[in-house]
Amino acid sequence: MTIENDSPAVLRDNAEVAAALGRRYEAGFVTDIETDSLPPGLSEDIVRQLSALKGEPEWMTDWRLKAYRHWLTMPMPNWAKLNIAPIDFQAISYYASPKNKPKSLDEVDPKLLETYDKLGVPLHERAKLAGVAVDAVFDSVSVGTTFRKELAEAGVIFCSMSEAIREHSELVQKYLGSVVPTGDNYFAALNSAVFSDGSFVFIPKGVRCPMELSTYFRINAGHTGQFERTLIIAEEGAYVSYLEGCTAPMRDENQLHAAVVELVALEQAQIKYSTVQNWYPGDEEGRGGIYNFVTKRGDCRGDDSKISWTQVETGSAITWKYPSCVLRGDRSVGEFYSVALTHHRQQADTGTKMIHQGKGTRSKIVSKGISAGRSSNSYRGLVKMEKGAEGARNYTQCDSLLIGKKCGAHTFPYMEVKNPTAIVEHEATTSKISDDQLFYCRSRGIGEEDAVSMIVDGFCKQVFRELPMEFAVEAKKLLEISLEGAVG
Amino acid sequence: MLKIENLHARVEGKDILKGLTLTVKPGEVHAIMGPNGAGKSTLGNVLSGREGYEVTAGSVLFEGRDLLALEPEERAAAGLFLAFQYPVEIPGVNNTYFLRAALNAQRKQRGQGELDSMQFLKLVREKLKIMQISDELLHRAVNEGFSGGEKKRNEIFQMAVLEPKLAILDETDSGLDIDALKQVAQGVNALRSPDRAFLVITHYQRLLDYIEPDFVHVLADGRIVESGDKSLALKLEEHGYAWVAERDPALANEARA
Repeated sequence: MTIENDSPAVLRDNAEVAAALGRRYEAGFVTDIETDSLPPGLSEDIVRQLSALKGEPEWMTDWRLKAYRHWLTMPMPNWAKLNIAPIDFQAISYYASPKNKPKSLDEVDPKLLETYDKLGVPLHERAKLAGVAVDAVFDSVSVGTTFRKELAEAGVIFCSMSEAIREHSELVQKYLGSVVPTGDNYFAALNSAVFSDGSFVFIPKGVRCPMELSTYFRINAGHTGQFERTLIIAEEGAYVSYLEGCTAPMRDENQLHAAVVELVALEQAQIKYSTVQNWYPGDEEGRGGIYNFVTKRGDCRGDDSKISWTQVETGSAITWKYPSCVLRGDRSVGEFYSVALTHHRQQADTGTKMIHQGKGTRSKIVSKGISAGRSSNSYRGLVKMEKGAEGARNYTQCDSLLIGKKCGAHTFPYMEVKNPTAIVEHEATTSKISDDQLFYCRSRGIGEEDAVSMIVDGFCKQVFRELPMEFAVEAKKLLEISLEGAVG
Repeated sequence: MLKIENLHARVEGKDILKGLTLTVKPGEVHAIMGPNGAGKSTLGNVLSGREGYEVTAGSVLFEGRDLLALEPEERAAAGLFLAFQYPVEIPGVNNTYFLRAALNAQRKQRGQGELDSMQFLKLVREKLKIMQISDELLHRAVNEGFSGGEKKRNEIFQMAVLEPKLAILDETDSGLDIDALKQVAQGVNALRSPDRAFLVITHYQRLLDYIEPDFVHVLADGRIVESGDKSLALKLEEHGYAWVAERDPALANEARA
């Protein structure tokens, strides 16, 4: 189903007002810090150098090389509803790291701490976020992880991926690539070859992680790609709630971010993964911005396990992302709650895949797409009921909201049902912020911009409810900023 | 308080108001009656600043200010309130939250301090005495899933909280049964005061049994063709709108042409 919104709505795009208000991107600053980086280009040699720089064991180097060779044989995917300028993979530097790599948070360059302070993610002891442990990834490396001691006492491992490869080799070897294999898709293969860092989480059997875990990704260096890899394992009966946030400086160039996230939930384990993605979206004319090509997948490996994805996507020039659940265990549950907002020339093709394999598995998809300016916003989702998915159920709700008349919203739902007892429900709506709604708010004294924010916030309520409280507040603010100048 | 002079307005290229003149003083209740298509709702929409209504001539002064130069939200802050004929649903936005945002937006525009949630809650409790609506409605999304009567009561409740100087009720009686009508009228009457004026737009005399007007005007073909006290409404009820047309040769001529 495709709806192009070019009807003569009374809501006009007032170019002057939009230009005057522009779009505030508060995270658009650059930190002036010396970096070590690999020269631009991609080859087996670069992959070997990267692995050597990180002091990795041989199995890891081989794993990367295998992925790289596979990647060479793959074409760039073109099935998404996205206009992507050709990417010159030889022009990108695959590794950038602040010089003077710190051993612990006490040794972190004050400039880095300042950067995270400005972004609202304090890392130093005095100002640490209460109740949230943070792993901060700056360009290609993790620069620090907070609350390590408290977590270790609970038996939880939360560290950078580089450290995990060195210190918890057997766990990494067992689970890395077990959800997203190296050759899964073009960008996953690229990531497997050149990923530089990311977060590693291990929650042992029966442990409820005592605090929220979060990773804050920051791209700083120019002409650099960020390729991070995150792996979260929740053993039998464990529970963890994890949040990632992302920002980057404002630059005219397009920067590539190709991440892979793998989640493994064993019997009765629960993983809740929330994302607030605010990569630099480019300017009004679509210059610059991050290309966000991400593979996120959760494996409900054990019976009665549950994986829940919640995402608020407001940034990036291009978003290509389908956080998915493989529901292998009987009665396992997958959830996907998404708000994707595009403005100006942004393009998003995002959604989810729910692969039902086990008996009595359930999945729920709630997707809210908001398009403004000249942006294009697509929902693409697959619900697959395999032969063994006896009595499985899916419910999908897909709503689009259009602001202005030059944007587009598209819905591409795919369904494959191989078990006759499975039930799949799909509901979709497309609406515009109506003139009636705006006038109603304004006649009560609420200004136009505030009225739009309020209506959009109401539209997203179902998803915001799923976010941890502090992040729900942040997400709401982010939408307000992102929508500035959307109506005039 | 409100001075409308020779107001002409058009919608989608069609002239609807053709020289409307009306003066409203504080404390007065004016009823605007007229047949369908006479321009009753257009008057309400033009006064509150809805887009798509083009004023081609005439002026409107509200407490000495040029009302037509103000944005809708500025008119609200200046003390104008429109009770909608069809109140709008805003999914996901809590009714109480909406009302507090509205009140504080108005207060901010007037240079008054905003009310915090405790102060606002106190105000809401007080106003619930005037227009009873259930706790459940207070916490539901704005007008979403409300019955016709609940929507109209919600409008009057909003009016009670926002305390406007001039309230325009646009066919507030439409779609209400007699019990709901009485409740709404009671709410309106409780808000009558020497400082507050009302413009009650209605098709039927029925509402005026419960909200007693000081003046009744008959609007036909975009102009006020007859004004009087409440007895005029009763005459209209008896004779129908055709009676007005017969008494006005200009109108009758136009109808023949």
